[in-house]
Amino acid sequence: MSLEIEQEIRDNILCIRLSGELDHHSAEDLKNRASTAIVKHNIRHIILNLEELSFMDSSGLGVVMGRYKQIKQNHGEMIVCAISPPVKRLFEMSGLLKIVKLELSEENALQKLGVA
Amino acid sequence: MKNVMNLQFSALSQNESFARVAVAAFIAQLDPTMDELTEIKTVVSEVVTNSIIHGYENDPEGMVYISVSIDDSTVELTIRDEGVGILDVEEARQPLFTTKPDLERSGMGFTIMENFMDEISIISHTGEGTIIRLKKQLTKSNAFCN
Ligand SMILES: Nc1ncnc2c1ncn2[C@@H]1O[C@H](COP(=O)(O)OP(=O)(O)OP(=O)(O)O)[C@@H](O)[C@H]1O
Ligand SMILES: [Mg+2]
Repeated sequence: MSLEIEQEIRDNILCIRLSGELDHHSAEDLKNRASTAIVKHNIRHIILNLEELSFMDSSGLGVVMGRYKQIKQNHGEMIVCAISPPVKRLFEMSGLLKIVKLELSEENALQKLGVA
Repeated sequence: MKNVMNLQFSALSQNESFARVAVAAFIAQLDPTMDELTEIKTVVSEVVTNSIIHGYENDPEGMVYISVSIDDSTVELTIRDEGVGILDVEEARQPLFTTKPDLERSGMGFTIMENFMDEISIISHTGEGTIIRLKKQLTKSNAFCN
């Protein structure tokens, strides 16, 4: 089982939906696709939907931190949706939980950003 | 009764998920909780990834060796590589410490291992390789014993 990445752009918001397993093997692809979209579409905020993500390790933390640094330059926000308890623990250990916002769904996240 | 499984494979990133699944399948006979299984899979992923990217610096000629031993409700993992080794183990264990920030590593691997397992031992010699030993007591089977 590998990682499926779906990206949707709405104004200056990039919505990334992940399904499958995010590890060192699949992290590179996510990094490339997301960072390309951020630059190309002048993205300010990211909504990361983890509803269908079944596994993540520190390689995932690395890519998430990397994208956060990218949008931070434009004073953007990162909102993570549908985080599972084990992934939440990883976010907590690494300090990511303090810098991203958590929401239950994409709709809530869009509302938070003043869209929808 | 002690039960042992050994595995050896090329240091290729596509083998990371294989390693997680193989170890999880072997441990399944102890009837672990979902959380325990996730924790062990995450830890296997951390150690194997470290051997591939740090130990062998992505040289696929390298081999990663895993040995899993289960006894009653105790799981013992030994993961070994014959790579470059760790210069300073105490420094490497610090949260957020990484020698490869350019590769977007978060430096959380050892912290995750320490959080998800009960015991960890790191033996590493530069130029020879690294052996990581991890131990975890599963709770559910514990309850059965009492
Ligand atoms: N098998 C290994 N061989 C050589 N060096 C290693 C090995 N495992 C770990 N290290 C060293 O220890 C450091 C810390 O490892 P750790 O797993 O905590 O962080 P990381 O791998 O750099 O980042 P992350 O795991 O968050 O992606 C690494 O940066 C590396 O220098
Ligand atoms: Mg690591």
